[in-house]
Amino acid sequence: ENFPCSIREVRLGATRKDGGSRRRTFTLGGSGSPPFVYADRPPANLPVFAMDVFDMSIPMPAAVKADIRDVMDDPAEWARRNVEQFGADMVTVHLVSTDPLGKDSSPAEAARTVEDVLQAVDVPLIIGGCGDPQKDAEVFAKVSEAASGERLLLNSVTLDMAAAGVLETITGAAKAHGHAVIGLTGLELNKAKELNRRLFDYLPPEDIVMDLTTVALGYGLEYSFSIHERARQAALLGDDELQQPTISAASNAWVAREARTKMDPVYGPREFRGPLWETLNALTLVLAGVDIFMVAHPATLKTLKEIIQMLIR
Amino acid sequence: MKKSIREISPIDVYKLLPKTNCGECHEANCMTFATRVVNGELTVEDCPPIAGKKYMADYEKLRELMRPPVRTVTFGTGETAAKVGGKYVLYRHEFTYHNPPPIAIDVADYMAKEEIDARLKMVSSFTFNYIGRTLRLDAVAIRSTTNEPATFATVVKDVAGQTDLPFVLCAYDPATMAAGLDQVKDRRPLLYAATKENWKEMAELALQYSCPLVVSAPHDIPGLRSLVRTLTEYGISDLILDPGTSVESDLARTIHEFSQIRRSVFQQDDELLGYPLLGTPISAWLSPELSPEVVQWKEAWMASLLLSRHADMLIMHSVEGWVLLPQLIWRFNVYTDPRKPVSVDAGVKTFGSPDKQAPVLITSNYALTYFIVENDIKTASIHCYLVVADTGGNSVESAVAGRYLTAESISNALSDYKVADLVEHRHLVLPGLAARLSGDTEEASGWNVMVGPRDSSGLAEYLKTQWPPKDDKHAAGA
Ligand code: B12
Ligand code: SF4
Repeated sequence: ENFPCSIREVRLGATRKDGGSRRRTFTLGGSGSPPFVYADRPPANLPVFAMDVFDMSIPMPAAVKADIRDVMDDPAEWARRNVEQFGADMVTVHLVSTDPLGKDSSPAEAARTVEDVLQAVDVPLIIGGCGDPQKDAEVFAKVSEAASGERLLLNSVTLDMAAAGVLETITGAAKAHGHAVIGLTGLELNKAKELNRRLFDYLPPEDIVMDLTTVALGYGLEYSFSIHERARQAALLGDDELQQPTISAASNAWVAREARTKMDPVYGPREFRGPLWETLNALTLVLAGVDIFMVAHPATLKTLKEIIQMLIR
Repeated sequence: MKKSIREISPIDVYKLLPKTNCGECHEANCMTFATRVVNGELTVEDCPPIAGKKYMADYEKLRELMRPPVRTVTFGTGETAAKVGGKYVLYRHEFTYHNPPPIAIDVADYMAKEEIDARLKMVSSFTFNYIGRTLRLDAVAIRSTTNEPATFATVVKDVAGQTDLPFVLCAYDPATMAAGLDQVKDRRPLLYAATKENWKEMAELALQYSCPLVVSAPHDIPGLRSLVRTLTEYGISDLILDPGTSVESDLARTIHEFSQIRRSVFQQDDELLGYPLLGTPISAWLSPELSPEVVQWKEAWMASLLLSRHADMLIMHSVEGWVLLPQLIWRFNVYTDPRKPVSVDAGVKTFGSPDKQAPVLITSNYALTYFIVENDIKTASIHCYLVVADTGGNSVESAVAGRYLTAESISNALSDYKVADLVEHRHLVLPGLAARLSGDTEEASGWNVMVGPRDSSGLAEYLKTQWPPKDDKHAAGA
């Protein structure tokens, strides 16, 4: 069984030699075969795991809070813990405080947070916005400039942003300062293709990662699983609008009440249930070919890294 | 090459049916029956007349046409019998996976009676109510580790007296197997396992008691194929394959072999491998690891991995709820029809004993949405009417975005279900995520629209402050 095409590669992070300050970089994608099917075709690049950091305190499941409670007010310290203690490959900085309906912190403040994290850790970063198209555009532009050359991954651009006319602001900033972007669509391949087409007008394919949406186990993970399998199959068979590497926010697993809440004792403690929920969310999408994950719990990261090492042995 | 399920048209099936439109299948006619068979919603056997002598030749052709490339094997008897395999496609998105993999939990003849009893109790009582279904475990695997026929027989007999669930009898020694099997001859247990060494004796037992048989050849696909060939030539067709599950050092091999076996069935038409696959996450317990939680954790991810990658049945050891719950949910999810979401019937549901002033709420008929809302209403003991609109099984937000929930459809639901007869007021509470429909809905229906919280868990609090409504633009009957 041979496939005519392969998934494109996207490199994240830049070392000093390439104009950044990261100790190491990661390359996503590259596979020319469905994931973990053939012994003689190991993945071109292993899945990468980023751990979340938020720039303000937000409600969080108890099981996640347990290991980070003391650093939650300090994104830089939190990032350091993710890398040094938990072994995260990368860090995602969620700039939720920029939400105009919330704290509405300025793009300059957001950029400062990112700079602090860049100082604290030497791994590549993913930068998350607040979801408001206009504001995200301003924030991404400012952050791009402040972290020029670091090859961040901007999370994310959407068709809503295209409709709001801010696509050019973001892609322009990404291009000028050497960053990559995530194109986010909601479980629909035609939309994913449409967004990629629009992005190709501004950016080379080497700068684009797709987020097809990750739903929590019990709340529709099967939609995510099937859409990723379909996308990967179509891409390998020749659909060049779907040949971008994919990302999963496996931390969405915590949306499930079964992951978060106390339940009847027969279902066991949530301290086990929650991390397992996230682990299985991520593992399922590893099997569907996803190239990079955003996770919240250290046990997810540890388990998935072990499993992947065993899978390539 | 056999036609794949996606190449079979309703006409292909129709041509082989009796074409009498007799209606015994409860379908309008043979053509609609054929369509539903091709969609995987009915099986050929749902047409009673076709089994008659007259149609024998066509029946045979039809069965061959519709035979899944991965055969279906059943073990156990009656209501609780377990159906294994029956796969039509490699990928879930191509059609639908049929027959959710039965999960068997083991007991063994080294265990004390109290331990066995406790495990059996757990197996039969462990349930979870998920979107209106009761999810549960399916079978008991009784293992001989002592290899003493008498000990095994005693345990099998004891277990058989305690549960109606189907059994897997696990013993490599034919004499031990025979002793156990003799205790449950009428219950069609699955026999585990025929190997290169014992296949002949196991085959004899399978034939004598007409039981399905697992063929085991760990990490040896050619060996597995040749055993299957031998056994089918011997006259046994109800086979399940155990290609070996290794949770640690040979994990890669395990996943490659499961994948390779399935691919050769669907892509190379390899009939010898066209049988259900047994995965054994229980192998996690072979690990030298001492902490039981660590082993349970491994068994949990292994089970989930196998459910996603082609296993048609699992044998597990952990009985911890946190290990089993995600497996039962994921298994249910993976085996739903990818073409249409699980939904509930549209209509009006009554909670508590609502009076004529009681709140009227509306939601979607996506099963997940409905049962979350139902649970929130019940937990807060709200007396109300809940209109369940037909949103094609879409969640509230997807339905609004996809135009399945519109001012018009809401208005129609209110009149179709005669909601105006239930209450004296004309106030409807919309989900917060459908807020943007409120103006148009007021216009289309003549009801006042109130925008509720975005998450139904906020309903109790919301109604406390907002109900009964103060402003009444359209008084009853106006
Ligand atoms: C799974 C999913 C799908 C699945 C469908 C699952 C299903 N059966 O609906 C699929 C892939 C099929 C799908 C399709 C679409 N989807 Co969709 N989907 C989702 C997703 C990921 C989860 C939805 C879900 O299951 N929520 C859980 C249920 C339980 O929530 P709920 O029904 O809203 O119920 C809650 C509340 O509404 C409230 N509530 C419910 N009833 C009531 C009643 C009262 C009185 C009150 C007070 C409250 C209340 O409480 C509930 C519990 O919290 C969301 C994104 C997300 N993470 O939310 C997108 C999302 C809803 N989808 C979206 C879109 C656009 C679509 C499509 C139109 C895409 C397309 N272009 O085709 C289609 C529409 C359907 C169609 N076929 O045409 C958008 C909607 C954007 C918007 N706000 O307009 C979302 C938000 C994703 C996004 N950001 O793009 N989708
Ligand atoms: S029972 Fe058979 S013959 Fe009768 S209508 Fe149905 S499909 Fe046709």
